[in-house]
Amino acid sequence: MAFFFEVLIGGLLSGVMYSLVALGFVLIYKASGVFNFAQGAMVYFAALTFAGIIDMGVPIPLAFLGAFVVMIALGVATERIVLRPLVNQPQITLFMATIGLTFFVEGLAQIAWGASTRRIDLGIQDEPIPWILDNMNMVVSSFDLTAAAIAGVLVAVLAAFFQYTKIGRALRAVADDHQAALSIGIPLQHIWGIIWSVAGFVALVAGMLWGARNGAQFALTFVALKALPVLILGGFTSVLGAIVGGLIIGSTEKLAEVFIGPMVGGGIENWFPYVLALFFLLVRPEGLFGEKHIDRV
Amino acid sequence: MFYRETGQFKTSYGADQQIFPIRQDRIAIGLLLVFAFFVVPAVATQYWFSAILIPFLIFSLAALGLNILTGYAGQLSLGSAAFMAVGAFGAYNFILRVPEIPAILAFLMGGVCAAGVGILFGLPSLRIKGFYLAVATLAAQFFVVWALTKFGWFSNYSSSGVISSQDFSVFGFAIDSPVRKYLLTLSIVAIMGLLAKNMARSNTGRSWMAVRDMDVAAEVIGIPLMKTKLLAFAVSSFYCGVAGALVAYCYLGTVEPDYFTLDLSFRILFMVIIGGVGTILGSFFGAAFIVLLPIFLNIVLHPLFAILGIEISSAVVSNMELMVFGGLIIFFLAVEPHGLARLWQIGKEKLRIWPFPH
Amino acid sequence: MSERKIGEVILDLQNISLRFGGVKALTDISFDVREHEVRAIIGPNGAGKSSMLNVINGVYHPQEGTIIFRGEKRHEMEANAAAKAGFARTFQNIALFKGMSVLDNLMTGRNLKIKTNFIQQALWWGPARKEELEQRRKVEEVIDFLEIEHIRKTPVGRLPYGLQKRVELGRALAAEPQILLLDEPMAGMNVEEKQDMCRFILDVNDQFGTTIVLIEHDMGVVMDISDRVVVLDYGKKIGDGTPDEVRNNEEVIKAYLGTQH
Repeated sequence: MAFFFEVLIGGLLSGVMYSLVALGFVLIYKASGVFNFAQGAMVYFAALTFAGIIDMGVPIPLAFLGAFVVMIALGVATERIVLRPLVNQPQITLFMATIGLTFFVEGLAQIAWGASTRRIDLGIQDEPIPWILDNMNMVVSSFDLTAAAIAGVLVAVLAAFFQYTKIGRALRAVADDHQAALSIGIPLQHIWGIIWSVAGFVALVAGMLWGARNGAQFALTFVALKALPVLILGGFTSVLGAIVGGLIIGSTEKLAEVFIGPMVGGGIENWFPYVLALFFLLVRPEGLFGEKHIDRV
Repeated sequence: MFYRETGQFKTSYGADQQIFPIRQDRIAIGLLLVFAFFVVPAVATQYWFSAILIPFLIFSLAALGLNILTGYAGQLSLGSAAFMAVGAFGAYNFILRVPEIPAILAFLMGGVCAAGVGILFGLPSLRIKGFYLAVATLAAQFFVVWALTKFGWFSNYSSSGVISSQDFSVFGFAIDSPVRKYLLTLSIVAIMGLLAKNMARSNTGRSWMAVRDMDVAAEVIGIPLMKTKLLAFAVSSFYCGVAGALVAYCYLGTVEPDYFTLDLSFRILFMVIIGGVGTILGSFFGAAFIVLLPIFLNIVLHPLFAILGIEISSAVVSNMELMVFGGLIIFFLAVEPHGLARLWQIGKEKLRIWPFPH
Repeated sequence: MSERKIGEVILDLQNISLRFGGVKALTDISFDVREHEVRAIIGPNGAGKSSMLNVINGVYHPQEGTIIFRGEKRHEMEANAAAKAGFARTFQNIALFKGMSVLDNLMTGRNLKIKTNFIQQALWWGPARKEELEQRRKVEEVIDFLEIEHIRKTPVGRLPYGLQKRVELGRALAAEPQILLLDEPMAGMNVEEKQDMCRFILDVNDQFGTTIVLIEHDMGVVMDISDRVVVLDYGKKIGDGTPDEVRNNEEVIKAYLGTQH
């Protein structure tokens, strides 16, 4: 039983990472209706940039700041070059455009920083927490716990940002109705620029934590793809959904891998979340926290 | 001046519904086929066959398949490569396990297997649309590659799932040289291209487009949504499956499940977008573009940077390729969403009235 | 017009109620449609007219009520089954297939008449080809009838609004329906276009004996062309009868016509 909980907790903690990436998707989707497939590539780009700057001998806080500036530049450029010419196109067109963006950002990242894996050392210990090991006989990594805490703080900060600041209110207005927001004088494109920057920031945090765990490497983009089933579970428009969905995906895929995997030869982590999401879609297409959509004729 | 349709009157609906209603077009396509079947085999080099012509034809077929699903029926798929994989491994197993099976039949059966898998993963399309569906097809992508790698039976228990194509012959001709492989591929692609065009211009294609453009209205005029969507999945996957079988038997010879990655699926999607969503011709343009672009970049970039005095590695070139792909996709979606096929059409319109501007 | 024979009741709606969550769109509505007649549904915005049409051909499924069509009793229609039974319709916000030409749009209207399967069509061989040409001939008749020969090959997305409405009517007619449901066929048209549309509707009714159920806001048009009118308000039926009867119905005047007459 202890083993079961150990796997569960490990899964939940890695699920926090999925939540983080999914959060980036939700922010952009809410504000601009764009399903940003490139969020994974942005995580990769952010992680490589962060690691690259550290490797130049810059201290971690400064490197973080530097990478954040780069992500803002990337976000604003994306809004200008990719989204503005595509305004009012069908969602599916925008989606395909972000697939193009994915390729572009991946190529750019590897040209700028090289394709090899870079290590990120944040100075956080990755060891079992002794207290839990002694009292409950479970291995829970201190790193995972710290990462989860950081993610939790980030979500709280974002929630407060949306709820209590003027920009946050404008963002929610834009999310509700573009035209109505425009008509009361909210500068739409300005807002989009901000939201892409915030998504860049979230990508940076995710990339930093993930990179510290497994190294900043190309595989990050695949891990980031797992945010898609997370969104299907949680609903595309719900921040809370992104978090809960991430936890569900993280824990079930680990449990499935450990308990079902051996029966079929292992490696089912790669597709299990998608198939889970698929079955979920059939039952509840709008997600756990999404809004139900009625077709009007 | 030579491209005029003056004096060509249609006296029957049959004449009006031809694939190429303009006489000059019919002559041109005839010449093109003669050229492809008789002139090319005589003059092309080994390199041309195996690095350019055969992959171009095969990817045209795969793009055609995806175009049927995405361009005509409006169902976005990110799993084309998985359906190709099913076709390749299906054909391999039919030749391996069914004695005396004709190779062509095995290829087609590979396509049928892919169609079956396509229907299975197309089932969610009855409830979900757009990028939700894209996630469903991602499930196909990852699941299929995993299953082909994990279960040794599919690859006859070879190491890491690699299959090597058996020797085969068609109508008594051993398909053992690049020329013969090219001719076989060309024949299959030409026939399947024609069949696709016929479907597109008949009730099947119209039903697909109706579902794509407005599904509620389609249902109201009596088009069965479920059947129409699943048929699109089946036909599309069949085309991808046959393309996959050709990858194994006419292009690479040995192939492993990991060849059919998500990246390949994306490339096929790019062919469709750049070539022209919802056109048969566009699939060929798109495939040519995506096959030729890396070769072109390789030839151009090295000397270009050499002039600037910078040595660039092939890794940089392949990353630039990624950036160019990505940039072009965005460019085409923003500027010419109907792709190269639309540009071609505009060019033809201009030619019809040339030298006058209107 | 007077030779037109109005027949038996072919469509009978009994006690239809439709809710979306807590919102009552239709409450306990009953009325019938006779063969060959022009039946209008009128009412202020939000009265539930479009919902009514959607119930008739199965786009919406009512929670309560019975639909009897040609003696066949059912709780609800299915959109596909309705098409097979001979219903065709147009939509308030044009629902044409935007990426297709006028000709292809009309051809989709005939999809139920096509019997060959996709393999025969892929081979474009024998029966498939013959069938395709046969359908084309029928569609050309509709094109003739609606006077849209010149835009046959134009993508519908490029047509002006009035013509799109006409093409949508054409797609419905191509199916050779027994009952034609028209949702505001004249909305947003100028006088000339309205006159054309009226002529087409009456001609269809006259020449092919098609039963017509239509929603329209232009009272002049409604009173002119319909045989009987049903009036809805807030999802309830408040009047039913000939144009004259409805015009003089106290409740209708109060709710709707009031100041206009």
